Amino acid sequence: MVEVQFRFRDDEPVNDPAVTVDAFSEQSNATAVRIEPGDDARDLLPQLDRLALVEINFPAWTDGRGYSAARILREAGYKGEIRAVGDLVIDMLGHLQRCGFDAFAPEKALNPVDAQNAFSRWDNVYQATAVDGRQAIWAKRHPA
Amino acid sequence: MYKYDEYDQQMVDTRVEEFRDQVRRRLSGELTEDQFKPLRLQNGLYLQLHAYMLRVAVPYGTLNSTQMKLLGDIADKYDRGYGHFTTRQNIQYNWIKLEDTPDILAELAKVEMHAIQTSGNCIRNISSDQFAGAAADEIIDPRPYAELLRQWSSFHPEFLVLPRKFKIAVIASEKDRAAMRLHDIGIKMVRNDAGEIGAQFYAGGGMGRTPMIAPLIRDFVPLNQLITFAEACLRVYNRYGRRDNKYKARIKILVHELGRDEYVRQVEEEFAHLLTQPIEPPLAELERIKAHFTGPDFEQGLSDELDLRDPDFRLWVGRNTTAHKVPGYVIATVSLKPVGGIPGDASADQIRLMAQLGRDYSFDELRVTHAQNIVLPHVRKADLYTVWKALDEAGLGTANLDTLGDIIACPGLDYCSLANARSIPVAQKISERFGSAEKQAEIGELKLKISGCINACGHHHAGHIGILGVDKKGLENYQLLFGGSEGADTSLAKIIGPGFTEDGVVDAIEKATQVYLANKQGEERFLDTYRRIGMDPFKEAIYG
Repeated sequence: MVEVQFRFRDDEPVNDPAVTVDAFSEQSNATAVRIEPGDDARDLLPQLDRLALVEINFPAWTDGRGYSAARILREAGYKGEIRAVGDLVIDMLGHLQRCGFDAFAPEKALNPVDAQNAFSRWDNVYQATAVDGRQAIWAKRHPA
Repeated sequence: MYKYDEYDQQMVDTRVEEFRDQVRRRLSGELTEDQFKPLRLQNGLYLQLHAYMLRVAVPYGTLNSTQMKLLGDIADKYDRGYGHFTTRQNIQYNWIKLEDTPDILAELAKVEMHAIQTSGNCIRNISSDQFAGAAADEIIDPRPYAELLRQWSSFHPEFLVLPRKFKIAVIASEKDRAAMRLHDIGIKMVRNDAGEIGAQFYAGGGMGRTPMIAPLIRDFVPLNQLITFAEACLRVYNRYGRRDNKYKARIKILVHELGRDEYVRQVEEEFAHLLTQPIEPPLAELERIKAHFTGPDFEQGLSDELDLRDPDFRLWVGRNTTAHKVPGYVIATVSLKPVGGIPGDASADQIRLMAQLGRDYSFDELRVTHAQNIVLPHVRKADLYTVWKALDEAGLGTANLDTLGDIIACPGLDYCSLANARSIPVAQKISERFGSAEKQAEIGELKLKISGCINACGHHHAGHIGILGVDKKGLENYQLLFGGSEGADTSLAKIIGPGFTEDGVVDAIEKATQVYLANKQGEERFLDTYRRIGMDPFKEAIYG
């Protein structure tokens, strides 16, 4: 199993084996699921309550469907761990985080110094993703 | 013009540091070229046939003189003394060293410029009407909406690795000068029956291998939902756009395969959901941006008279100027298409001269057009002769806007690693054959566009006459297309028959212009005559 290299959560890591999206609806005791790029994250929405871990797989980092999947889950109120797995690159870590990922298990370990730089690179952001807890620049320009 | 605040400045400065770090990791070998490529592309850096090419963004085509001057200085300092203005209102440098790029970006950041997302599979620089804020026929200045979209699309975390590149254009007048419906998303600002401004959305247009004209997907998006609607369009594309085949990955294929109605249904469903999320900037932000575009302090009551005794000047005024919304002013387009020249190229000295003229005679504003020319948007008619004289002395006084000499051409096989054929020599030969004042007066408006491969960077599908370079058993071969248009009457050009050699294609164009002149009725342009009489008379003259 690939190690979680970065985790931004205080709770205990979940290490239940992740099942496929198809299998998840049939296995009522499963608490972890793995989303592949072609899966529809919205299929999980009726059963979010029993989920503790969602792995989102990136077979190639240049396939960006997982970014939408994570954000959709967070927008629906999912509070458990969302773990990016697979082909992760340093320069995208901060963007993944902004879409709701809070754990990272790259298939090849990343340089930790460069990775920390990437997580903390952007002091400000132009968009409200509504899932990263960050205030957009426009909100800072127009405080309520 | 928009002016950065501390946040905007910090964003571009941070990007420079990020890119500097990426280049460092590439040069040290920490990043392989394969890993580096998608990263450098998001910052406009291509590897071409001979060197790196850096594409610098000119958001919605608007520049001030300080920025323009720096573009000239960069051409001198880091390139071979010239730059190339592109069909997406950007500028690119063809002879860049990788090690220099972080410093170039740092210099650009000092004048509020960047190369963010000028390539790669992300939302590209937003383009617009080059006459925005000056045109007599616009409903409203489209640039504040383009700027709002620029900020939203810059480093949007969900949309940085889309299936393919994504181009957005925003216009606000009936006459479309930005090829709006040939974009992934085309937005036309409109006024509804209640007098409110809103956005009309078109999606799924594009050129490339499979040219498509974008269908209307929503009549009216209220201004307080603009970003949310754009986000819905992008999310559906990011999730369902094809990723199995690079050539079928643009949104036009998704819209085509789903059908316009099904795409619209999915977007509306996503839109309804996203409206529940607090992602839309307040209208106060749009108002803040708009305050930057209130326009210059025009003098009132100026005379519209022009002294046209100089016949060369008269010719240029007739060809290269457009009505301004304020009496006594005019919009002047500087042609970067001298006879025999490389379309869109300008030397460092020429760029600096245009900067200076923009500063002294156009309220410090210049524009880049998608036809690869430069606009001085607000020139007093009383100053126009002085401006033209200065341009003419610098080889920038060519009077050929929208004629056969005003060719759009991609860089082609002279530079581009994707090209099948050279574009530039063909453009040069055509402009030499048809570039004389007499010929242009005779033939009138005829938009000719050349691409060196089917990716269509030279917009050949949208040319009244289009030329497509192909590789035929190792030889360059040129196909001829007729009947395209990028205006409000957008249409796609059709191939007329077997291809030609470089010289053969120039001869074929000559024959086509003869057919036009023999059949022309009244004030018809080439395109009008072609649409009326059809392809057959042309084919007969060319192949008969």
